[in-house]
Amino acid sequence: MIRFNNISKSFSGIEILKDISFVFEKGKTNLIIGKSGSGKSVLTKCIVGLLEPDIGDVYYDDIKFSNLKSKDKKSVRKQIGMLFQGSALFDSLTVEENVAFPLRMFTKMSEEEVIERVNFCLNRVNILNKNSLYPSEISGGMQKRVAIARAISMKPKYLFCDEPNSGLDPVTAIVIDELIQELTKEYQMTTIVITHDMNSVLEIGENILFIDGGVKKWEGNKEEILDVKVKELYDFVYVSKFLQKINN
Amino acid sequence: MIKNLGKYMFMLYHIFFKPEKFSVYWRRFLDEVIQLGVKSLFIVSLMSAFMGAVLVIQTATAIESAWIPDYTVGFTIKQSMLLEFCPTIISLILAGKVGSNIASELGTMRVTEQIDALEVMGVNSIGYLVGPKILAALFIFPIVIMYSMFFGFFGGGLVCYSTEIIPVEQYILGIRSFSEDNFVFIRYALTKTIVFAFIITSISSFYGYYLKGGALEVGKASTNAVVYSSIFILFANYILTQLMLI
Repeated sequence: MIRFNNISKSFSGIEILKDISFVFEKGKTNLIIGKSGSGKSVLTKCIVGLLEPDIGDVYYDDIKFSNLKSKDKKSVRKQIGMLFQGSALFDSLTVEENVAFPLRMFTKMSEEEVIERVNFCLNRVNILNKNSLYPSEISGGMQKRVAIARAISMKPKYLFCDEPNSGLDPVTAIVIDELIQELTKEYQMTTIVITHDMNSVLEIGENILFIDGGVKKWEGNKEEILDVKVKELYDFVYVSKFLQKINN
Repeated sequence: MIKNLGKYMFMLYHIFFKPEKFSVYWRRFLDEVIQLGVKSLFIVSLMSAFMGAVLVIQTATAIESAWIPDYTVGFTIKQSMLLEFCPTIISLILAGKVGSNIASELGTMRVTEQIDALEVMGVNSIGYLVGPKILAALFIFPIVIMYSMFFGFFGGGLVCYSTEIIPVEQYILGIRSFSEDNFVFIRYALTKTIVFAFIITSISSFYGYYLKGGALEVGKASTNAVVYSSIFILFANYILTQLMLI
């Protein structure tokens, strides 16, 4: 479980996040949704500690993350897996080396154990026989899956996915969504997905936070979102005239 | 300016944090030795050989006189190559080659969130990315410069042999003459090289690591890295020369 209270963040006097509180539940795919520029990525960076919130606290289970010293923050971070929008695989490393990276860096596993774990993770995300290829030699969808494999290689308690579907075709996007949901159940992780893709919202949104202009406007789940009365969220969900017509 | 200086000092401070795993950092160090040093050997040997060759021709034609012995050319080449051409000019060339490479590599890693990925994993990204580069350069650049000295003398010798502008024996005699000062000169050259290695890698890493923006800024960071590294090399060259040779 991840909980954050009254998070506010400004850049050069412009308030990006205003007093946001929420709880991400364990074993569920928690979604942060909102328009581009609504503050989703800034909120995520505040939660994982890449940015310091001006006000507010972040808790990982019962640990107050915002107050931890740098060394203690690192030990929490070792339990975090993160899938970045552009995959963020290391260009100079092969697929296998990318997935093995956290294992080699933080564990005392033997080389055989590392390779065994890498192959298990790659098989789990359906990447076969690509171990020796570099990220630039595989497709965008495969890069996302390798990034997921790297994220789960350390069996994390918390998984963050920043727009996992961006740049992917709808079919591959659904495959990635399903994979994230399966892994969440399998490892009982607290998964946070940042997205503005309504397909993802309706597919995997078990616990949803909607923010607009840096303010929390709504929370709920995928069943409730279709009957929403909040104007900003309604406009977000029923963005096409076709959908508006069907809903009316 | 002061903010940048603070960030630069912050970066240097984080390099000396204890590595998460020594064996991973050691492998990074060896990779960087190859990337920064070994892969620069071809351009360095080419530049040095041509510098030595041109210097021989220029010096021999400039001091053509019955009163000045031929070995003076060899001696002049030795002094020029040891004191200035190899440590300073080659370092300026390395600032262009290695500096832009480091800034664009780290800048691209910043833009594509690879540095964020390291931080989220709990890796000290400065220590992991910048530290091995600086240490590798401190280790390999003096070797590269000694290699450059050899090729500089070799290029000069080749010109003597092929054009007979002065006899090769006289050229070698000039290089070997007044050898009691050689140790001082080489120590001076290598000290300069170590300082320049630090300047090139730390300044270029700074511009790459703290990059903000996109692809356009990667190009700007690369240019800034080369420009500022070169300026600081020239400045340090003057200070070190005054401290060590006067």
